[in-house]
Amino acid sequence: MSRRQPGAEAIRTKGRFAAHKWLLARRASQCAILSLFLLGPLTGWWIVKGNLAYSLTLDTLPLTDPFILMQSLVAGHRPESLALLGVAITLVFYFLVGGRAYCAWVCPLNPLTDLAAWLRRRLQIRGSTHLARATRYWILAMTLILAAATGTLVWELVNPVSFLQRALVFGFGAAWTIILAVFLFDLFVMSRAWCGHLCPVGAFYSLLARWSPLRIRADKRAACNDCLDCFDVCPEPQVIRPALKGAEQGVGPVILAANCTNCGRCIDVCSQDVFTFGLRFARPPGDGATSEASRNTETIL
Amino acid sequence: MPKEAKATRRPPAMSAGMPEVARRQFLTDSARLFCGVGLLGVALALHGKQAKALPPLALRPPGAQPEDHFLGACIRCGMCARACPYDILTLARPETAVAAGTPYFTARSGPCEMCEDIPCVKACPTGALTHALTDINRARMGLAVLADQETCLNFLGMRCDVCYRVCPLIDQAITLELRPNPRTGRHTMFIPTVHSEHCTGCGKCEKACVTEEASIRVLPIKLVKGSLGEHYRLGWQEKAKAGGHSLVEDKGLVDLPDRLPEGMKLDGHFDPGSDRSPALIPGHGSAVPRLPPGLGDQPAAAAEPARPTVSEGAR
Repeated sequence: MSRRQPGAEAIRTKGRFAAHKWLLARRASQCAILSLFLLGPLTGWWIVKGNLAYSLTLDTLPLTDPFILMQSLVAGHRPESLALLGVAITLVFYFLVGGRAYCAWVCPLNPLTDLAAWLRRRLQIRGSTHLARATRYWILAMTLILAAATGTLVWELVNPVSFLQRALVFGFGAAWTIILAVFLFDLFVMSRAWCGHLCPVGAFYSLLARWSPLRIRADKRAACNDCLDCFDVCPEPQVIRPALKGAEQGVGPVILAANCTNCGRCIDVCSQDVFTFGLRFARPPGDGATSEASRNTETIL
Repeated sequence: MPKEAKATRRPPAMSAGMPEVARRQFLTDSARLFCGVGLLGVALALHGKQAKALPPLALRPPGAQPEDHFLGACIRCGMCARACPYDILTLARPETAVAAGTPYFTARSGPCEMCEDIPCVKACPTGALTHALTDINRARMGLAVLADQETCLNFLGMRCDVCYRVCPLIDQAITLELRPNPRTGRHTMFIPTVHSEHCTGCGKCEKACVTEEASIRVLPIKLVKGSLGEHYRLGWQEKAKAGGHSLVEDKGLVDLPDRLPEGMKLDGHFDPGSDRSPALIPGHGSAVPRLPPGLGDQPAAAAEPARPTVSEGAR
């Protein structure tokens, strides 16, 4: 396939910066969060202590990873109040901004898997093992069952997401092996394998995102010129179709699928400016679809 | 899908909208996923089992829950490691044998400095380091053991005493017990002796031990602590409890004479059995001897040849 690079048209019409606006914002967010964690150990100026599993900002704001804490709860431990307060804050926050915003804006593994996907496109690596995208929910269930059965956080013994961030903040060791394995698997074996099919952290946040108010909207979907660039860059391309192409079936223009990571890359690469960030409830003027119909398209799997 | 199910299936109009082919596909896909993920789960569970085996030289921070519970409670955030003013805590890296991401320290390279405010425990958000620990002297990170008497300088008759002197609970957790030195016949050995009711397992003794490899080590308590068994009663303790009144003597137990070579006398040797009521002792009178309780009153015992009978066990 000798298709042009996705986004080339958008770069031509909107300019290079505007066509990478959200991508740059995401990289900035990921860098900023990592820098905050690294600032303490490197300079001794402790704004944030801990890591993504649990952190304390300015010695007052606790933030707890809900998936890890859930494993601990299932394993039969009752945490202290700071961890519980931290988890309440993160749950509310990620519910509001769309659960998988964690994946796109915070997760340290995301730049690597994005790089793998980008290289796949650039090097035209084709052929991808097929695996259902629902696999992650099975893995999520498995990790919780294991935690309950063994009383220990078994998934945290291998979780590449925790490994990478801990390695960056607390020293690397051999953690690079598991990270490299994920990267190479994404690159050569299966497209978007880790984040799009396997990772239970993403699956957990997907469940949280089912009713999230902040969503991507395709209000100007009538302007779509079928270039498919958004499908090419989207880490979860299956979420776009109902909103973008559902006008005739009376499906609303909001991307409601919980797997959408709110990364905003589709907004960047669209030369017609079809997509915007918006609220799931707000109805654009002149759109005929009922909110009832939009709710019908909601799928988590 | 089993053949019976196929044979008895109803006409196409049957199940709510799901065609047979799609349903078959769904079931096979589910089975594939279930098996694949299940296999992964089994591998992980086995790995998890392995990861529970904490290596003996890796010590948990003060207040750590028992290892089984700890691995379910610690979320590997590293707050304890950040809180430690002496930076002794490491979060286990994937290549170490400690469960990945959990905090530990090694006594020989950096022992716990026993901060009085225990910042590591206070920093723990989950209580994997239990907040019930408020007095660092009650921490039980491990137990010091004088593991090698062959290399310990004090055992060799010297006055090293380093472990004793660095101990934060000197004269409680480690004492020096005096013992005659049989090699020289005229000196005293000062034996460092650990007392488990006071030892916190901070590891300072192991860190300070001057021998090439530490002769005293801090090891997990369950690895080194014996247990006497509940039915044991220590006579001297019982006597003290009873206000200096021996319970054994009350029962009328007899102390049999010790066997010594003919005519031999040991200064300071206490042998009440040889000096007391000869009537009760075989060979010292005509009375029928009493046997230790439980052996029955066999008169045959009286026919034993008359020579001093031994019983150290009765003492």
